[in-house]
Amino acid sequence: MAGAGGGGCPAGGNDLQWCFSQVKGAVDEDVAEADVISTVEFSHSGDLLATGDKGGRVVIFQREQENKSRPHSRGEYNVYSTFQSHEPEFDYLKSLEIEEKINKIRWLPQQGAARFLLSTNDKTIKLWKISERDKRAEGYNLKDEDGRLRDPLRITALRVPILKPMDLMVEASPRRIFANAHTYHINSISVNSDHETYLSADDLRINLWHLEITDRSFNIVDIKPANMEELTEVITAAEFHPHQCNVLVYSSSKGTIRLCDMRSSALCDRHSKFFEEPEDPSSRSFFSEIISSVSDVKFSHSGRYMMTRDYLSVKVWDLNMESRPVETHQVHEYLRSKLCSLYENDCIFDKFECCWNGSDSAIMTGSYNNFFRMFDRTTWRDVTLEASRENSKPRASLKPRRVCAGGKRKKDEVSVDSLDFSKKILHTAWHPVENIIAVAATNNLYIFQDKAN
Amino acid sequence: MLSKGLKRKREEEEEGKEALAVDTWWLDPGHPAVAQAPPAVASSSLFDLSVLKLHHSLRQSEPDLRHLVLVVNTLRRIQASMAPTAALPPVPSPPTAPSIADNLLASSDAALSASMASLLEDLSHIEGLSQAPQPLVDEGPPGRPTGGAPPSLGALDLLGPATGCLLDDGLEGLFEDIDTSMYDSELWAPASEGHKSSPEDGPGKEEAPELDEAELDYLMDVLVGTQALERPPGPGR
Repeated sequence: MAGAGGGGCPAGGNDLQWCFSQVKGAVDEDVAEADVISTVEFSHSGDLLATGDKGGRVVIFQREQENKSRPHSRGEYNVYSTFQSHEPEFDYLKSLEIEEKINKIRWLPQQGAARFLLSTNDKTIKLWKISERDKRAEGYNLKDEDGRLRDPLRITALRVPILKPMDLMVEASPRRIFANAHTYHINSISVNSDHETYLSADDLRINLWHLEITDRSFNIVDIKPANMEELTEVITAAEFHPHQCNVLVYSSSKGTIRLCDMRSSALCDRHSKFFEEPEDPSSRSFFSEIISSVSDVKFSHSGRYMMTRDYLSVKVWDLNMESRPVETHQVHEYLRSKLCSLYENDCIFDKFECCWNGSDSAIMTGSYNNFFRMFDRTTWRDVTLEASRENSKPRASLKPRRVCAGGKRKKDEVSVDSLDFSKKILHTAWHPVENIIAVAATNNLYIFQDKAN
Repeated sequence: MLSKGLKRKREEEEEGKEALAVDTWWLDPGHPAVAQAPPAVASSSLFDLSVLKLHHSLRQSEPDLRHLVLVVNTLRRIQASMAPTAALPPVPSPPTAPSIADNLLASSDAALSASMASLLEDLSHIEGLSQAPQPLVDEGPPGRPTGGAPPSLGALDLLGPATGCLLDDGLEGLFEDIDTSMYDSELWAPASEGHKSSPEDGPGKEEAPELDEAELDYLMDVLVGTQALERPPGPGR
C-alpha cells in the first residue's frame, strides 16, 4: 500500500490551505554555523515552541494570546526566552572536543507555573527550568533598594516588604545535569509517560534516568559487541511509548526497529517485537543498507502506530504487525537514481526527522531544496511545499511544488538536477492540537498555519 | 550540486564479466553514467570512494559511528561484488595491529581503532588505490600474507588474484596515480628506489611535518614488513 508521489492537493485533512505565518532568524546569505537550527519541538500544549542550534543555544517562542485589538496577530509566536544550554567542552582524557550542538529538546508535561525541558548535546543532558517573574519585593529591612546591606544597628523601624509588579522576566536555570553516562554520541532523549523517568540513547546504548537523580542511570539496552570488529549496526533513534511506561522502541542503521518491554527483564537486549520490512530484490543496490537506515522513529499520539523515516520514505507501522509497514510514503523517489552522487557528497547520510499531526491523520517530513512533504493518511493525498523567503508574505498561501524526475519539465516544476542539496529540511514539528507547523530551514524557523486558523 | 557523472579512472580491465552484471544494480539504464562508463570501472571508483570515506571518517578525532559502520558495510558489499566467486570468510580475529593504531586514531574505543586500523592496513595492500594516503601495496603472490599484517586478512584479501595480474608491469606502475602530497616525497620513495635504501634510513632521513611520531612508527612498521617480503633471498639487495 504505497502512497503515490505528486498530487497538487492540500494535505493534512479536510482540504487544508497552508499559509505563511512567520519566519525567525537572520536573512543573510552567509549563515554562521552556530546559528544552524538542530532541533525543533512544541510543548505539550503547543503554547511554547523551542529550538536548539549548533551553537548550543535554546530559543523558546511563546504564542501570543488571541487579542481582539490585534486580530491579525492570530496567535503569533514571539521570543519568550533565550539561553545558552551547552558550551563546547574538552574531554582531556581522550583529547576530544565535545560539540555544543543541541541534538534534541524534549518538553516535560507542565505541572506548575514553571516549564521544564530536557536538552542534550552529544554527551550531556540538562534539565532546564523556565520560570516567569513579574513581581519583585520592595522594602526589605536589612538591605536597601540597591541591595547594599544596611547596618542593623541603624534600623529603627520594621516594615513588611511589599510585592510590586515588574516587567515580565523569564529566567532559565539548569536544575539537573545528567553527565558521564554516554561513551558514544547521544541521538535521542524521550520522556516517559510516568513523568518521572526518561531515556537517552547513543549509538550503542540506551540509558534510563530518573529526573531527580543525576549521579546514576540504568543501562537498559546495550548492543556493543564484545569484539568491536563485529560491529555492524548502531542505534539511530529511540522513544518511549506515549502511554505504556514500560514500552520503548529503538531503530537501527540496518532499518530495523525493536520494541522492548522493560517488565520482561532489566536489560532489554532481547526485544519483544522486531519490525523489519523484507528487502525488495528489484531495487537492491550497494546503497540499500544506507538508505534503509532509520533516521527517526515516532509513536503516533494514539500509541497504536509508529512511524519511521529512512532516506527515501516514511513508513507507518502497526505495532501489532512486525512483518511490514501498513503504509509507505515516498518522500523523494526521484533521488533513487542519484544515490551514487548523494553518496559521494555525503547527502545520503542526512538524517531527516518526521512528525505526526495531533490527530494522527497526517504526517510530515523534510526534503532538499527547502521542500517539505505532508501526507494525509485518510485521503491519501500528499503535497510538497517550500520554506523560502520568496513565499513569505503574511498569510500568503503556499503553492504546492513539483519535482520533475526526468523527461520534459513542465512549467513551475523544478528539475531534480537543479535541487539545492545544501538546503535541507531535517527538523519539523507539528503543533499538538492545531494545524500549525514549524519548519527549520538551516538557520531560519518558518511557521505556517492553516488558513482556517 | 549534484554531480551528474562519476569519477572515472582509466584502469586495466581486470574485473570479469560477473562484475559487469552486478555493478549496474545501482544505476538505472537511463543514467548517463551507464552510457559513458563501463560499470566495472564505476564499481572500482565506488570502492575507492568508499575507502576514502572510511579513511576520512577514521581520521576524525571522534568518528561518527553510524557513518563509519554504514561505509564499512557498503565497502564489504562492493568488495563482495568485485570478487563474487570467492567465499567470504568471517571477520578476522583480533588484529595484531599494535597499540600504535590507538595513537593514530585517538578514538575513544581502542578496540574499534585497532580493528579499523587493520581494515585500513588490509585495504592499503590493494592495488589501484590511487587516492589513499598509504602508497604501500601488497605485491606478494595471492594468498600469502604480507609481513606486518594480521595473519588472516579475511574478506579483504579477495583482490589477491587480481593483484597478481598487475605485477607484470612491475611495481612502478602501481605508484603512478598515488597522491603523495600528504607526505614528504623524500620519505616515500617509489618502490624501485625503495629497494636501494635500507629500512632504517628511510624515515630517519626526513621528517614529514604532517605526520606525527606515532603515525611514522606505524607506517614504518608496515614499510619494514613489506620490504622484508620484497627483498629477494640472498646477500644484499
